[in-house]
Amino acid sequence: MSLNVLWLQSGGCGGCSMSLLCADTADFPALLKSSGIELLWHPSLSLENQQGLQGVLQSVLSGRTRLDALCIEGAVLRGPNHSGRFHLLAGTDVPMMRWIEQLAAVATHVLAVGSCAAWGGISASGGNPTDACGLHYEDEQIGGLLGRDFCARGGLPVINIAGCPTHPGWVIDTLTLLAAGEFGAIDLDPLGRPRFYADQLVHHGCPRNEYYEYKASAAQPTDLGCLMENMGCKGTQAHADCNTRLWNGDGSCLRGGFACINCTAPGFQSPGHAFQLTPKLAGIPVGLPTDMPKAWFVALASLSKSATPKRVKVNSRSDHVMLPPATRSTRQRGS
Amino acid sequence: MTRRLVLGPFNRVEGDLEVQLEVADGRVREARVNAPMFRGFELMLAGREPMDALTIVPRICGICSVSQSVAAARALADASGGVMPPNGVLATKLMLACENLADHLTHFYLFFMPDFTGRAYDGRVWQAQAQQRFAALTGSPGGGGLHSRAALVARARWFELIGTLGGKWPHTGAILPGGSARAINADERVRLLARVREMRAFLEHTLFGTPLEEVAALDSLAALQRWRSRDAGSDLALFLDIADDTGLTQLGTGPGRYLSYGAYPDAKGGHAFAAGVWDAAQHRVLPLDPMAITEDPRHAWYTEDASAKPLHPLNGNTQPQADKAGAYSWNKAPRLAGQVLETGAIARQLVDGQPLIRAAVLAHGGCVSTRVLARLLEVARIVALMEQWLLALQPHAPFHEAHTLPDEAQGIGLTEAARGALGHWLRIDQGRLSHYQIVAPTSWNFSPRDAAGTPGALEAALVGAPMDSSAEAVPGNASVAVQHIVRSFDPCMVCTVH
Repeated sequence: MSLNVLWLQSGGCGGCSMSLLCADTADFPALLKSSGIELLWHPSLSLENQQGLQGVLQSVLSGRTRLDALCIEGAVLRGPNHSGRFHLLAGTDVPMMRWIEQLAAVATHVLAVGSCAAWGGISASGGNPTDACGLHYEDEQIGGLLGRDFCARGGLPVINIAGCPTHPGWVIDTLTLLAAGEFGAIDLDPLGRPRFYADQLVHHGCPRNEYYEYKASAAQPTDLGCLMENMGCKGTQAHADCNTRLWNGDGSCLRGGFACINCTAPGFQSPGHAFQLTPKLAGIPVGLPTDMPKAWFVALASLSKSATPKRVKVNSRSDHVMLPPATRSTRQRGS
Repeated sequence: MTRRLVLGPFNRVEGDLEVQLEVADGRVREARVNAPMFRGFELMLAGREPMDALTIVPRICGICSVSQSVAAARALADASGGVMPPNGVLATKLMLACENLADHLTHFYLFFMPDFTGRAYDGRVWQAQAQQRFAALTGSPGGGGLHSRAALVARARWFELIGTLGGKWPHTGAILPGGSARAINADERVRLLARVREMRAFLEHTLFGTPLEEVAALDSLAALQRWRSRDAGSDLALFLDIADDTGLTQLGTGPGRYLSYGAYPDAKGGHAFAAGVWDAAQHRVLPLDPMAITEDPRHAWYTEDASAKPLHPLNGNTQPQADKAGAYSWNKAPRLAGQVLETGAIARQLVDGQPLIRAAVLAHGGCVSTRVLARLLEVARIVALMEQWLLALQPHAPFHEAHTLPDEAQGIGLTEAARGALGHWLRIDQGRLSHYQIVAPTSWNFSPRDAAGTPGALEAALVGAPMDSSAEAVPGNASVAVQHIVRSFDPCMVCTVH
């Protein structure tokens, strides 16, 4: 029996759907089929026009069609004045947030695809003019549209496939695991994110790791050095596998030359400092690596800085390798 | 008898869209286009660090993300007076062109062509072919869609260009006022070139069935006919057959005035695709005066200035007023010197003087089929340009030049997204963004009425469209002609409602 998926968009940019279409596969529909995923409706992919969607909504709400996974992309727009008028589902005159509430009540699983649907995300930036929130969270605060005690029929809270955008692999893997019946409460981290990617750090597999080891830091865009000390990078604190499960071939934010902004975390859109500048206190970055005692970090950083090889120091401030590594035999002598 | 129909949500467009029609005697008599969502990016940007715009604005749109980045980077560069090194210009153009081509491909294979596989065209001689090539990826009972599937794979591979140049798509942070954040080495450059040639092979094999240069060189309707009779098997040829049979040349004519801000700037201040306004009635290019752009909020759910006059984006503002009488959209009405304009690939190719597109518009106006043809022609032109730009990259020369933003400044960033003219207007006060206004391509094309009651480009293009015969019997049912007209603009509603 396949997993019936209904995918709807609200207060977002559609980028998570666009990212999904970059999935690494030789045949996208065949991948869905072989993974046991049946799309009842998707805004970019379905043949049916509006009559089709309204038919699907009625069929699902009346119980004629089983809804296994409700995927919502984009934030819930509650404004103005809790009316939901900032997004009325076209052709229905009904606020999208009301549709989401009704559908979440009949769905076996509810998935927030992307950080907007998970926490409000970029849609809740600044003064949050649309009163945007996530399905189950409003920034770090549990609650959101569906309320803190929400539990979908299948027994799980909202599954937050957070990211801005999400990685296509995160979505496909979550749906495939759900279809296989291999995804349970233990597979969610404390923020409801799938642990298969949220138990990793963006730092893992970062190609700038040697520069990080020596605190050989980039000072401006295109520099090869570590982006943590000056350029705002939060890769050592950000939960995601972006540097081991790459983006669009061989990409990641760090590989593209710009800082990780911790886009899988609630509140990332308003960091309290400029995105691409590291906030510091007495010259020491405020956000230190996860799980590391500050005194140790400071001690190791000053030690490694003084031990930085010239090659690493010079290259960290260049846009290409100026000093190559020395060539030496690595064979053990006498063998 | 006049009937009112409300159509929506439209699928296979980017974002949520509603169209209200008045129908009489089996044809559309009047149309109102509603962008039914408000997001408020202009309000969110006020008070932020200016460079934060580069993280925030790409997230306006998941399909035109690079274009939004480019517009913001240009506005910030304008504010700082900084200049990009040649490699930075090339890398930025490559990312923009990558997105632009991918969007055209997505439009043709995933959004536009599946409409010809539906029940409305049962029994047409070409339908089995259309289903086999273009069936929608879900909801098509008969399977098929072999070329759409292949295009989706080619598209995913194609975006690996931005994977290298900008880390990821959508929402790269590599596009900066001073250039690109990612320097490209010699080995990477040859790999990128190989990727572009992979796309060339897909296009020459599947979409065009002929070398891209031959398509780009088509210079008249007669040349197009000759090409068709010689290379009959390609997707472009099949589209032309379908267009003839379904009367797409008689459908959805635009306002006859076309806007391009100019695409892909070169070092000498020119563009690969020229800037200007094409006036189809006069058959000539008029100079573009960006100061003559206004946005009219009369029929949009926004407060109006005390003067009740439409304002230039440097002075405009975007304050929602959900209970405003007479309003029916979250999109304002952009006008150039008070006039309605259409924008997109058709506008770029007309302004740039591409002879086939000029001939097609002269013959039957800017209609559904010419919009699609202009996009495909642009695809053929872009690939060759990208190959040139990659060859011009100089590994080890700088990709980025540092610059300083003044505490007080204003900046204008104009660029071309796949869907047309995109502008950002910003002001910086005391080191913070104090003003930010965005006018997106679909804001032009899907504009509501202005204060004078003049309908927007799509609103006018829909007038006269025939309804399906079944639509008479089933209230609320769509018209396949309306679907074609709407999708021929390749609307991006999320950009529109920023």
